[in-house]
Amino acid sequence: MNDLNTYLLVAAILFSFGVFGVMTRRNGIAVLMGVELILNAANINFVAFSRFGGMNFDGHIFALLVIVLAAAEAAVALAIIINIYNNMNTINIDEASSMKE
Amino acid sequence: MDNIFINYSLFILFLPLAAFVIQIFFGKKLPRQGDWVSIGAISITLILAIAMFVGMLLDYNPDFRQEASFTWLDMGAFSIQLGFLVDNITIIMLLVVALISTCTHVFSLKYLKGDIRYSRYFAYLGLFTFSMNGIVLANNLISMYMSWELVGVSSYLLIGHWFEKESAANAAKKAFLTNRVGDIGFFIGIMLIYTAIGSFTFTDIFEGVAGGVLAGTTLTLAGVGLFLGAMGKSSQFPLHIWLPDAMEGPTPVSALMHAATMVAAGVYLTIRIFPILSPDALLVVAYVGGFTALFAATIAITQNDIKKVLAYSTVSQLGYMILAVGTGVYTAAFFHLLTHAMFKANLFYGSGSVIHSMHHALHEKNDHETDAQDMRNMGGFREKMPITYWSMLASTLAIAGVPLFSGFLSKDAILAGSLSFAQHHPEHFLLPVFGFGAAAITAFYMFRMMFMTFHGKPKMPELIDDIHESPKEMAGPLVLLGTLSVAIWYTLPHLNPISTHGSWFTTLVHPVTAVVPGSFTAHAIEEGAHHAHNLAMGISIGVAALGIGLAVLMYLKNIISPETWGKRAGFMYDWSLNKYYFDENYDKYLYQPTLRLAKKIAWIDWELYDKYFINGFGHVTNWASRVSGKFDYNIIDQFLVDGVGRIADNFGFMLKKIQTGKLQNYLLYVTAGVIILMIIQSY
Repeated sequence: MNDLNTYLLVAAILFSFGVFGVMTRRNGIAVLMGVELILNAANINFVAFSRFGGMNFDGHIFALLVIVLAAAEAAVALAIIINIYNNMNTINIDEASSMKE
Repeated sequence: MDNIFINYSLFILFLPLAAFVIQIFFGKKLPRQGDWVSIGAISITLILAIAMFVGMLLDYNPDFRQEASFTWLDMGAFSIQLGFLVDNITIIMLLVVALISTCTHVFSLKYLKGDIRYSRYFAYLGLFTFSMNGIVLANNLISMYMSWELVGVSSYLLIGHWFEKESAANAAKKAFLTNRVGDIGFFIGIMLIYTAIGSFTFTDIFEGVAGGVLAGTTLTLAGVGLFLGAMGKSSQFPLHIWLPDAMEGPTPVSALMHAATMVAAGVYLTIRIFPILSPDALLVVAYVGGFTALFAATIAITQNDIKKVLAYSTVSQLGYMILAVGTGVYTAAFFHLLTHAMFKANLFYGSGSVIHSMHHALHEKNDHETDAQDMRNMGGFREKMPITYWSMLASTLAIAGVPLFSGFLSKDAILAGSLSFAQHHPEHFLLPVFGFGAAAITAFYMFRMMFMTFHGKPKMPELIDDIHESPKEMAGPLVLLGTLSVAIWYTLPHLNPISTHGSWFTTLVHPVTAVVPGSFTAHAIEEGAHHAHNLAMGISIGVAALGIGLAVLMYLKNIISPETWGKRAGFMYDWSLNKYYFDENYDKYLYQPTLRLAKKIAWIDWELYDKYFINGFGHVTNWASRVSGKFDYNIIDQFLVDGVGRIADNFGFMLKKIQTGKLQNYLLYVTAGVIILMIIQSY
């Protein structure tokens, strides 16, 4: 229970959920949630390796940095989604495909 | 005063050039068309020249000499030094140029008033003064040659000042081309000297010749080559044909260039190179000069155009100077150059004044047919134009060689030189005969001109009321130069008016022995001339009196009728009147055959060379380029260049399908790509 693999397994499951969410959801907010899951999976890895890899608090600090980054990213992404909604009256990202060739 | 003379002379050289540049670009926009710019520049030049002259007199050093040079072109083994040489000859010559040039500028103010190219005229005068000073100051043959050509150009431009007149345009061309014939000789001479000695500066050349590096026939040829240039510029037989035609230019220009300075450049050149002229070359020089002196004088007798008389008289006087160089008394040549510049420029100003007045009078009468320069329309102007008359009379007395006037002194020196030469070499007795003959004829035709113009009854009485003395801008130079025709200025500090012995000129300009081995020493020449002096003086007074007396009898007292004698002379009169048919014969035997030859060559060039050879090349090139064009279009363009484009196009067409615009598709590609990479890595 107290070894690295358990943490890594949890992080991998979390990552997989995140990727699945990002790839399958049509709702823009849900895609953002998936991204949060991916980031937190990475955070778990950082902290786990920091704890078991004997690297003091380097991982913890990086995790904190990622959390801040995630907050900033969420703010920007939400702003984008609001703009998409304002322009297209939807937040279905499949319909926001005006960039195709 | 180490280099002050060089500095002054640099100012003298470049001020007129500055005036030229200002005038040619801004002349028309300046008030009064900028004539004050030119007058100002030339006046400063004159002041500097006078300052140098006074400096020379104060110094009173016969061996005074300053030289400054710089490297103009340096290509390793081949380098050209240019530079300036200031000695007493240079200073006197600079003063002559500056003085006559200033007089011409002032004279032109009124003479050219209202001319359509007024500012350009002054610009060209500036260019000319610059170039002439360039010749005077050169210490080497190359920069002298450059200025020489510039002088030729300014002469061309000024003769052709009224180029709307066809005769003026033709005269300009004739002057330029005839000079070119001489200049080829000049250039060959320079190259002969350079090949042997390897330098262009006079000092090096004299040293080289003294050391025997250049000797014998080559030296003679080089000397004759250089002299050929002088013959062109100084209008010596047989290249004399351009100078009388050059009288188509404005009269002040004739005074400045075609009487006093430019034509004297040839004499100046022979004076400068005198030390390297071998005895054979000197003989050529002497005969050309002597013959020209007599020959031109015989033409002047029958001319009726007042400027033509003066033009042939100039040719004759230049012949005198050349004769003097040839017989070794080259300081006498320079002395005559100096006195001649004064009195001949004055005679031209006088004729300009008369012509100006005639024009004015004819204009009043609305007569545009009568020739204002023809002496047969003049007569009796003495009362109406006293200043012109008296100053011209002074100059006429000078040119005729009457004692107390300047020409007497210089002519006497030349005649004494040629007489002494003939005493040493009796086989060359013709040289003094040329000299004295020309002296007699000169006295005759000059007084003929004076009598026809100023004395007797007016030949067109209706004009005489409108003949007036010229304005003060024109009278000023006349008075000044008329005064300078008096002997006393040239004999100072002694007051003996019939001998230059001990005068400032003979003291400051003393002859130098030629460096050619076997030449007479300067001392021997001087001694000989001194012995011949009294005899020469006697004969020259005699022949002058003869000429003047004959002119008095024929044209003043009308005791001998010129018409009867003209008829009696028969073919000789015709020959003289028609200038010995030189122009006609040149045309018949020189120009026309050349033209015919040129036409034949042009035919070969056009009909054969152009049509078959050049056009053939054209056809071949045309064909080759058509083949190459096909290859280029079909293979290179269509296949290679376009092929690359088509490949890129196809790939782009295929690849554009994966760009769906759906975010999750892209993410899927990324994830798939990562997974594929991991799989590849794990193997």
